[in-house]
Amino acid sequence: MRVGLFVTCLVDLMRPRIGFAALRLLEQAGCEVVVPLSQTCCGQPAYNSGDRSAARALAEKVLREFEGVDYLVAPSGSCAGMIRTHYPALFAGDGELAARAASLGARTYELTDFLVNVAHLEHVPGDFRGTVTYHDSCSGLRELGVKDQPRQLLARMPGVRLEEMPAAEECCGFGGTFAVKFGDVSARLAEKKCAHIQATGADAVVLGDLGCMLHIEGRLRRMGDDKTRVLHIAEVLAGEAG
Amino acid sequence: MEVRSMHFKARAGAAVRDARLQAKLASAKGLFVEGRRRGIQDIDFEATRRAGEAIRNRVLQDLDLWLERFEQEATKRGATVLWARDGAEVCRLVVDIARRHGVKKAIKSKSMLSEEAGLNQALEAAGVQPVETDLGEYILQINGNEPPSHIIAPVIHKTKEEVAELFERVHHRPRKREISEMTREAREMLRSHFLTADMGISGANFLVAETGSVALVTNEGNGRMVTTLPRVHVAIAGIEKVIPTLEDLATLMRLLPRSATGQAISNYFSLLTGTRAAGEGDGPEHMYYVLVDNGRANLVGGEFQDMLRCIRCGACMNHCPVYQTVGGHPYGWVYFGPMGSVLTPLYAGLENALDLPHAATLCNQCGVVCPVRIPLPELLRKLREKQVERGLRPWQERLALKLWAWTAQRPALYALAARLGARYLKWLAHGQDRIRVLGLAPAWTASRDLPAPEGKTFRELYGARQDGGR
Ligand code: SF4
Repeated sequence: MRVGLFVTCLVDLMRPRIGFAALRLLEQAGCEVVVPLSQTCCGQPAYNSGDRSAARALAEKVLREFEGVDYLVAPSGSCAGMIRTHYPALFAGDGELAARAASLGARTYELTDFLVNVAHLEHVPGDFRGTVTYHDSCSGLRELGVKDQPRQLLARMPGVRLEEMPAAEECCGFGGTFAVKFGDVSARLAEKKCAHIQATGADAVVLGDLGCMLHIEGRLRRMGDDKTRVLHIAEVLAGEAG
Repeated sequence: MEVRSMHFKARAGAAVRDARLQAKLASAKGLFVEGRRRGIQDIDFEATRRAGEAIRNRVLQDLDLWLERFEQEATKRGATVLWARDGAEVCRLVVDIARRHGVKKAIKSKSMLSEEAGLNQALEAAGVQPVETDLGEYILQINGNEPPSHIIAPVIHKTKEEVAELFERVHHRPRKREISEMTREAREMLRSHFLTADMGISGANFLVAETGSVALVTNEGNGRMVTTLPRVHVAIAGIEKVIPTLEDLATLMRLLPRSATGQAISNYFSLLTGTRAAGEGDGPEHMYYVLVDNGRANLVGGEFQDMLRCIRCGACMNHCPVYQTVGGHPYGWVYFGPMGSVLTPLYAGLENALDLPHAATLCNQCGVVCPVRIPLPELLRKLREKQVERGLRPWQERLALKLWAWTAQRPALYALAARLGARYLKWLAHGQDRIRVLGLAPAWTASRDLPAPEGKTFRELYGARQDGGR
């Protein structure tokens, strides 16, 4: 099974180790992983800013780069959601492009969804020990139905205890450019999320989107919490060596 | 009503810092969200949502025909149907009706169309005293015509203590402590108005085409008095409020109260048909419908038609993280939360509400709860596209976006930019795991740190790994 890893622009820039963790998990699950090095961004920032033509240009680029793979997998519900649900909308009624977008969309998965439902990963290599709480990022949850998948995988790690936070499905307030356009509203939303996280007493909050991670970690640290770790699900599942 | 939506950003910022408002919003959220969660469990809500969506779509496909049918049936039963193109025409028509029937005082139950039109001011100017009888609307009216902040709970932003203080000041009675005492006092103040008004003005939750009836959903019972006690009843409704049959009404009524408050049925539900007939004990001698366009017809058949399905339940705002954090006032007009951020630009002008389509994280919680399945985030995104098409975004934003998109289409250049970016950010962190001040994005670091990057890009590390392995 040939899997194209869509690293995402944020992971490339800020947290390469998440990309490597995803790579290791996919290989562990027996996939042949290709990483097209010309990839940049899925175009979501342009799409959500109302710049349809820029979004289409970047989307066409992704369509070209991942044409030959059986599956496209991204360590992000937001980017996978963009490709899976919004590319088809972006090219609706556009003949050949529409067909290609629909085809790639149907083959696109968020990492944990893919590991559980397609690759049927048996053994989770990570060795994290401690209590974690899981934040459901919006796109993964409401566009792709990612809810049980990461929890199923965490449940296979003997050292991990999951302590659910209240309102885990509530938005953390990141929202891409929203985070800077409405900085104080965005930060206030993060504050509510952080309070829920802290209430669980967990050692770490785990989630599947780097944008939300940077936002939540940034707010936790500014609030003076240097203790609660903020980890990507891929890092936890793959282990430190990832 | 005057549109004040261009101040969203400043007012949202102030709302975030208002501790009293924050506490009030938190408790309201608990009530509505929990109420709906429990309320929708006794029926197959998903299937009912789909049925509701289908009913509303069916109407919108032939809106003109259903409106004609409604007009025929209502006229047959003694009502007069009038059409208003915009808010000014609503005011003119209602003032005319008041003059024709020698009306001095008009009692009102909740009508958002009356707010769109600014009807109270027009009535006052014409020498007719408007009296709001919905408790929330009454509180706003006696507080110097303060604007509402929620479509079904207009004073959601006020605490019990604030209302007690207001009543003491305006009613000149000793201050009350309990809500039940305050509602009793309001009722006493309103009673004489109910008995002396010549005209009642109501909104409409639905207009039923097959019978020419208006359906009203309330929890206080004031709607019933407004529509049956005075000689004249005027119901004001948007043209999209029409539905085909009573059967359809039953379906939509399974959705509306459950989505709004979690109730299986509201305390009061009235279905009013025509004027008082011979032998009937109550009802108005004269009944008028004022059916209002005010921007709605423009949406029919276009990319925003889905919005016309809205049944004004308020679930989208109750579940919106942004609304929950800033309340209704920053939205600056009659409608709030996600539905307000779609409707205000469409009805009051794209250029008058530039922030609203952006004042959302696109988390889609609204789309998930909407009882008629309106894809609110998609509509917000489309409005953003309209802003770009019309050149309404600030030039800095447009330039940054263009530059970024141009670079992202050129992998070699992008790789270099990312490499430099990662190193620059790493350097800014001064060996720490976080950046405290970022000149490029001050709005980020004003209230958050930016976690530091690792320093090298994935692409670099992966490339090196591949080379090493070869
Ligand atoms: S948009 Fe949907 S959820 Fe919001 S008020 Fe209208 S019907 Fe209710």
